Amino acid sequence: MSDRELLTGWGRTAPTAAHVSRLSADQIPTAVSAAGARGVIARGLGRSYGDVAQNAGGDVLVTEPDGIEVDHDRRAVRIGAGTSLHDVLRTLLPLGYFVPVTPGTRFVTIGGAVACDVHGKNHHRVGSLGNHVVELDLVTADGTLRTISPAQEEELFWATVGGLGLTGVITSVVLELVPVESGYMRVDTERLADLDAVMDRIQAADRTATYSVAWIDTMAKGRSLGRSVLSLGEHATHADLSGRLRDEPRPSPGQPRLAAPALMPPGVVSRATVRAFNELWFRKAPRHRVGEVQPIAPFFYPLDGVDHWSRLYGARGCVQYQFVLPDPESGRLAALLERVSADPAVTFLAVLKRFGPGNPGLLSFPMAGWTLAVDIPVRSGLAPMLQEWDREVADAGGRVYLAKDSRLSQSMFDQMYPRAAEFRAVRRAIDPDSRFRSDLSRRLDL
Amino acid sequence: MIDSLGQPQSVLVLGGTSDIGLAAVRRWASTSRPHVTVAARPGPGRDAARAELESLGLTVEVVDFEAAETASHPDLIAGVAAQRDIDVAVVAFGVLGDEERAWTDHAEAVRHAEVNYVGAVSVGVCLADVMRQQGHGVIVALSSVAGERVRRSNFVYGSTKAGMDGFYLGLGEALRGSGVRVLVVRPGFVHTKMTNGREAAPLSVGPDDVAAAIVDGVASGKELIWVPMALRPVMSGLRHMPRALFRRLPL
Repeated sequence: MSDRELLTGWGRTAPTAAHVSRLSADQIPTAVSAAGARGVIARGLGRSYGDVAQNAGGDVLVTEPDGIEVDHDRRAVRIGAGTSLHDVLRTLLPLGYFVPVTPGTRFVTIGGAVACDVHGKNHHRVGSLGNHVVELDLVTADGTLRTISPAQEEELFWATVGGLGLTGVITSVVLELVPVESGYMRVDTERLADLDAVMDRIQAADRTATYSVAWIDTMAKGRSLGRSVLSLGEHATHADLSGRLRDEPRPSPGQPRLAAPALMPPGVVSRATVRAFNELWFRKAPRHRVGEVQPIAPFFYPLDGVDHWSRLYGARGCVQYQFVLPDPESGRLAALLERVSADPAVTFLAVLKRFGPGNPGLLSFPMAGWTLAVDIPVRSGLAPMLQEWDREVADAGGRVYLAKDSRLSQSMFDQMYPRAAEFRAVRRAIDPDSRFRSDLSRRLDL
Repeated sequence: MIDSLGQPQSVLVLGGTSDIGLAAVRRWASTSRPHVTVAARPGPGRDAARAELESLGLTVEVVDFEAAETASHPDLIAGVAAQRDIDVAVVAFGVLGDEERAWTDHAEAVRHAEVNYVGAVSVGVCLADVMRQQGHGVIVALSSVAGERVRRSNFVYGSTKAGMDGFYLGLGEALRGSGVRVLVVRPGFVHTKMTNGREAAPLSVGPDDVAAAIVDGVASGKELIWVPMALRPVMSGLRHMPRALFRRLPL
């Protein structure tokens, strides 16, 4: 057992030991067949916050980066599941393409992104990543490689999109492509004084904006509750670029320039520093600025510039709480935000986003409504507080995002994901011995 | 699985009628509501423990456990682990008899050593084995400040705790990197049925204080705690005291 590695998610909580193998896609079927009694799960770059890509005492398969084949006729790209979005963009942008959906970091693998059915700032327009998967290759528990799509093995496909790796190991994905004229964004930025203002403004803006997201200052209370910086973006056209930028219209995103130190002194992230940071963030944003041209990276990936940034939260790590409230219950958002803001836990800027309708993914997170994501450093006494949030979210018919979760209880999960029973049934059929297992699947009895 | 906030889904209490062990489970009952396995000698104490935990809405299983019967431990603990992962195991059993009898009566001295030390080592090895296979787990070892500097007034008990304390600290080091953690808990005088009728020492605490420290220690990944924390500097002072002086202290 000496060859085991301790793994955690991005939140750096609850480490467990597993036997980790780094393999090419063609070695996956053998590795799946050889999995031991504690099962096997695929892992990408470990950017999910919680325990979704951990498998205590079992096997963890990391697929090595693989080819990126662009099919200009179909306007699609085949990507090896272990390839990062970072590498994909470095290939696609010079060719004049972008991915249809990107999460807030480009250091995720395509396989992981599909397994979490990630969403981006354009969810209100185009849905989540699963909506744009043409087909994917999946190694199932019996070691066979299947090609599945919304038309072929539809049930398995929609269990795999957002299925957290529990239906098999995704080995490659064919994704639709979005043509772009440049690697720049045309960005409008607006400060908004409170929650009502930002919700009204997002609803109006989302009728035309391709990308929209708001950063909420969680330290603001009372009349300022929900004060935000809203940013709206479009892919910049050639005409939007000034002369200098036209010379190199499609720059590739670079590597992170900074890294958080491995050992952080405690208290770097404290209520005082967060308050100061949030104040600065809010003040530095223009009251209203239209048409600023920004490269792709700072618009989509503001935190990717600092490697290992979650270390800033200290030795006990952090949890991210991301929930969605369905549209009819959007009135409850203020009450929930008030709870978030009232908590003595420090939280950096929270992210507010409006979702469009969800997709048929059985465990897919998004649904038409409002989603709020907030980082909370782990401390004593957090469990009962977050359980109360769970209850409120569940009562409202909402849910929390499993790619971020590390602590939801099974009963709450079942309430939030009414299609969990269907998912379990698909899993029983395709993986009767529960060969695919993760710490999350043990925790939620999936 | 234990979650990111250190809340277990399953707890095994070895010495399942221990006041401190039960108090810790009561605390988890208000958060993660774990499945509890009570390992104890059959009898009214175990029945009462089961009834109380069930009244809190927990699912409880009981298994027959005799600390001194070490040959039965491997199968017993492997059996519990085969049902479901053991997220947290609390090694809570121990005997504290009459201190003078404990060193003058051969059988009594051996009983102390067999339960408090040999039994603790035995279950520690078994727990480490199943938890290494699980790739995760926390072993909570209830030691005592009595073992930190053994004193004349209860040196048989103290020496057994010194031994088990050292064993579990070492076990924690040996398990580094395996996903398994060991938390050694050194309470001072605790008002429990074990100490009933004895004169309380300074800085005495209740079982619930120790339980709170255990639950927090498990959640925060600590390896060694004193209850109350003030005992840490006190014991540090006592540990360094010359024997001639230490012997004169009214301890």
